[in-house]
Amino acid sequence: MSLYGLPLLLAQGSTARSSERAAGSSFWFPPQASTFAKDVDSLYMYIGYISAVFFVLIVVAMVWFSIKYRRRSGYEGDSTALHNNALEIVWTVIPTIIVVWIFAEGVKGYMDMMTPPASTIDVNVTARKWAWSFQYPNGAISTELHVPVNKASRMRMRSEDALHAFYVPAFRCKTDVVPGRVTYAWFEPILEGTFDLFCAEYCGDEHSNMITTVTVHSDEDYEKWLKEAAKPPTDIEAHGLWLYERMGCKSCHSIEPGKKIVGPSFAETFGTEQKIFGGTAIKVDAGYIRESILEPQKKIRDTFQGASQMPSYQGKLKDDEILALTAFIEALKDGKLTDDELGKNDDKPTAPK
Amino acid sequence: MTSHEHDSHDASHGHGEHAHMPFQAHHFDDPEQQFDAGKLGIWLFLVTEVLFFSGMFCAYALYRSLHPEVFTFASQYLNETLGATNTGVLLFSSLSMAWGVRCAQMRQRTGLVICLSVTLGCAAVFLGVKAIEYTHKWEMGLLPAGEYVSQFLQTSHHEGLSSWLYVLSAVPALCVVGFGIWYVLCVMSGNKQKAEVAGPFLVTALCYFLGVFIGIVFQNAEAAAHAKHETAAHASDSHPDHDQAEHTSDGHGEAPEQSAAAKLVSHVEPNSAPGAPTLAAVDQAGGAGVFFSIYYCMTGVHAVHILGGIAVLAWLLVRATKDHFNEEYFGPVDYVGLYWHLVDLIWIYLFPLLYLIK
Amino acid sequence: MSAVATKPTHSHYESNEADNFLISSKGFLSWALTLDHKRIGLMYLIGVMSAFFLAGILALVLRTELMTPDQWFLTTQQYNQVFTLHGAIMVFLFIIPSVPAALGNFLVPVMLGAKDVAFPRLNLGSFYLWVGGAIFFMAAMLYTGLDTGWTFYTPYSTQTRGPVVAATMGVFILGFSSIFTGLNFIVTINTMRPPGMSWFKMPLFLWATYATAIIQVLATPVLGITVLLLAAERVFHIGIFDPQFNGDPVVFQHFFWFYSHPAVYIMILPGMGIISELMSVHCHKSIFGYRFIAYSSIAIALFGFLVWGHHMFTSGMAEVTTIVFSALTFTVSIPSAIKVFNWLATMYKGTVQLNTPMCYALSFIFLFTIGGLTGLWLGALSVDRHLHDTYFVVAHFHYVMVGGTLVGFLGGIFHWWPKMTGKMFNDFWGLVSCGFVFVGFNLTFLPQFVMGSRGMPRRYARYLPEFQEMHQMSTVGAYLLGLGLFVALGVLLHSLRRGKKAPPNPWGGATLEWQCSSPPPYYNFQTSPTVNEPYDYTPLVYRDAERGWDYVQPESAPKHVPHS
Repeated sequence: MSLYGLPLLLAQGSTARSSERAAGSSFWFPPQASTFAKDVDSLYMYIGYISAVFFVLIVVAMVWFSIKYRRRSGYEGDSTALHNNALEIVWTVIPTIIVVWIFAEGVKGYMDMMTPPASTIDVNVTARKWAWSFQYPNGAISTELHVPVNKASRMRMRSEDALHAFYVPAFRCKTDVVPGRVTYAWFEPILEGTFDLFCAEYCGDEHSNMITTVTVHSDEDYEKWLKEAAKPPTDIEAHGLWLYERMGCKSCHSIEPGKKIVGPSFAETFGTEQKIFGGTAIKVDAGYIRESILEPQKKIRDTFQGASQMPSYQGKLKDDEILALTAFIEALKDGKLTDDELGKNDDKPTAPK
Repeated sequence: MTSHEHDSHDASHGHGEHAHMPFQAHHFDDPEQQFDAGKLGIWLFLVTEVLFFSGMFCAYALYRSLHPEVFTFASQYLNETLGATNTGVLLFSSLSMAWGVRCAQMRQRTGLVICLSVTLGCAAVFLGVKAIEYTHKWEMGLLPAGEYVSQFLQTSHHEGLSSWLYVLSAVPALCVVGFGIWYVLCVMSGNKQKAEVAGPFLVTALCYFLGVFIGIVFQNAEAAAHAKHETAAHASDSHPDHDQAEHTSDGHGEAPEQSAAAKLVSHVEPNSAPGAPTLAAVDQAGGAGVFFSIYYCMTGVHAVHILGGIAVLAWLLVRATKDHFNEEYFGPVDYVGLYWHLVDLIWIYLFPLLYLIK
Repeated sequence: MSAVATKPTHSHYESNEADNFLISSKGFLSWALTLDHKRIGLMYLIGVMSAFFLAGILALVLRTELMTPDQWFLTTQQYNQVFTLHGAIMVFLFIIPSVPAALGNFLVPVMLGAKDVAFPRLNLGSFYLWVGGAIFFMAAMLYTGLDTGWTFYTPYSTQTRGPVVAATMGVFILGFSSIFTGLNFIVTINTMRPPGMSWFKMPLFLWATYATAIIQVLATPVLGITVLLLAAERVFHIGIFDPQFNGDPVVFQHFFWFYSHPAVYIMILPGMGIISELMSVHCHKSIFGYRFIAYSSIAIALFGFLVWGHHMFTSGMAEVTTIVFSALTFTVSIPSAIKVFNWLATMYKGTVQLNTPMCYALSFIFLFTIGGLTGLWLGALSVDRHLHDTYFVVAHFHYVMVGGTLVGFLGGIFHWWPKMTGKMFNDFWGLVSCGFVFVGFNLTFLPQFVMGSRGMPRRYARYLPEFQEMHQMSTVGAYLLGLGLFVALGVLLHSLRRGKKAPPNPWGGATLEWQCSSPPPYYNFQTSPTVNEPYDYTPLVYRDAERGWDYVQPESAPKHVPHS
């Protein structure tokens, strides 16, 4: 990114800004899209009002005293004002009562957030560096979260590597995803629409790109989507693309020619000769691709050896899925796929790279 | 009050205006203030040491409460006799240290030197025993979680002393040689003060090997006892036959560890109640491996503190031979004594928590 | 001022010019091997300010990258390394040592009328541990780039490439520097108070230092064992933090925050101690509620050990645990609030001198209040669920650490600069620096509260375009803040060459450090100073001739008080 491009970049935000911000958001908050949001926002504002009162009192006193009691000729201060029991008791008791109230309100909201209702729609969430994967009760897998409106959904979350955190600002919902454990979060959306879903626990290089979305559907739309999503595409290349997006490949390998995220791009790669770090050259064929998926550390392409380690997919991808990915990569050998070709799947707009 | 430049501060201050106590630091008003300050200082330092160890005690408490069966299983591999020996040795060293403080207060120079030497010697014995314990475990694959070797599946077989023991004993051996030569030179040149330092240092280095010897003796005894226990037990239970343990009769050998270990393992099988952890679950990196991680961390950090104590005691010994301490000035001996008692106390906690789990 | 018919005594100030501690001995070694607490304090000052400067530049690098939502000149990996470096240097090399080591070392013995701290050699040792830790730490990070964040959360820190072990060993060494400083101060204050100075006649800066020292001594060892275990995890795979071996990453967080929460009180308590001094002196009025402020310092120090879990509300702790931590967190907020009220009440009917130190003190009150109040949002469990790990938290802690501690530190430096260097600085430009710092700081961090409540997560190298405007405001503010800090540095450095000679007591303080010359002789006091009420200004008289105040004592008072 050169200096010349800077003014453009700086201006870019302004035009994108207003359209990017979801409808229903205010100056302070994202849309109130779940049952939690209203209470959280109102407690936030109450704390704000109380704080504002105290803050204004303090600042006004400070400024007033600075002026009224400033050192000037003819003015002598009174050094006896050192104690005032009544004042001290008041300014101890009142803040104590106030913080107790804030604490109690906070606990109320918290207990609500920690107690899912008896029946929830359970979604299995897998967090890995640096992508989300959601698995639904009917076996469907997607990289964006889809939930029905006005029904409680519960996330059963696990991490494959580092700490992550599931965060949907519009739902006011956040829970850490801890490797070695299963953690839970529940919410009941009240607004239809699409909202941001962030990873909120630093997890490495692409932490800030571990962004996806949550789409809240009406009931019928949700059923429809669920049925569609359960079917992997029959076309082998589309299946490969489908896996590319859901199994975490996307967060490290781009499909644009020459664009490096962490690992090599898949575009214009199939069939080429590539130098291997520490040794000979190989041809990128079906065999090499299969080996890279199952034993990724064996033959790393030159210049990528310093990159973060690719995990093995042994046991995570079946043979037919590996074939589908291979077919997909082969389809990219002449360069980028058109939007049309990419749009074979029902893609929601994803976060900018 | 003085206008002495105190930048060039030296412990051995000549007799000047404040002749009534050498080692009086100029920024203190009087010896009492100096002593009180030192006392408070060492107590605060001991508090920091307690907190330093507390992290590991917390880790211990956490993992033991979550996986009690792991601790019961893994504790088998710790030799209680050696642990008890070390406990006795350290307790005795605390006695000699306390006696040493008294000698300092009573201006009994020789007594102080002897007591400090005994303390140093005990510390070295402790480390010698520890060396045997550690190297024995390293041979058996009882390593921290990442390196832990499952005992039941172990196929390697070792006899005799671990080669690691030679590595650990290299420095003490050098010390023996070095101090030995120095001592002889001092005696020959008639330098009594230096000989009084070199002698105890030599004895200390030799005590390390005494500790190694004690370790070997008790380690063999335990292996023999286990083998005998196995023979008796096999006659009465229905476990499939394992190879019999063989004893080697030379003093340095140890019973073949593989079969002994296998016996230990098979004999320790947790009860087969439904839901109870299986042997495989316990005898793996995430089970016993974590126990040994905690074991090495706790005893290792403790051993580092023993080493630090040896260094400080050596320094005290040198000063004692120069007759620095008397009823007016014995602070350093007192403070080091307090430190040493803490190191002993920590071991007294470690011993039952690690060795005596049933 | 009461009219006292006595001859003004200058005996405290009568010291040889050549005894000025800055020049009493010369040569590199006389500084490198000094046992003089004042020289050690100055060396620390230069050290921590250098670290601050470096970490500040890193902050500007971060903020510059964040002008655009997409990549500009840093890759995500580089961004992660820069924010790790920024945080780690600021926390471990600057803010934790800052006030205690730089100002405390200088002032504690002088405020006690003593010649030095209890253990001068240990003091020098602490300094070299700081230097050693700093070299170690920074070499490790600059060599291949550490990217774990200053918090080293596992399992990322156990899995990532990079010099985690070297950096954590640097932290280990720095921890000992902190422990020994605290130990030294506790013993000094306990055993070397002059006759007549009971606990409740101590300046509040010493109470604050004492409370801070308690935390340093109790909490830092836990950090020591934590980083040692982290290093052992990486080298020996001990497994207690690694889920692969049935370890628990959340245990690391508990261990880490058990130190790091009390650490934030190490950061703020000395700053509060400075403010107590500044408010009283520059309002020429005794501090309101002395005992409360003294007790509250100790209370905050002790209670601070009970609330570490509030950094982990979303980490999966049990519900009861979470609720208890929230409750305790709110209790800690009350003493701090009351301190602010006490400082304001000190101004009431005082004689307010609006000079540079006072300006920084007033900034502190403004900024620390915002920082403290925003802690209420984060302590409330339901709201924290939304705000945790967002820019709201970043803004909150910068308000208390920068708006609180740094601003207090600067105020203290300006306040005691004449004493330490013997030079007066240009007050006008000092006020200018205060203004820039104040405006720049608010512009940097106020928008971040809004970004946080709007859901912008922290430690993000790239962000959604809707946040760009606020990020740009924040960056402009950061540059303004940097400018203000440069002006402050310029003012201080300029005074060294061109500043007027400082009288012993330019501001009219009643604590003992104002009873020796500016700068003090290397032995601090020719005769032991007269112990009095630390905030009783009645015996002080302003002398136009020397543009400073003079402590006038009745003739009958004994000059030498025997040590009891």
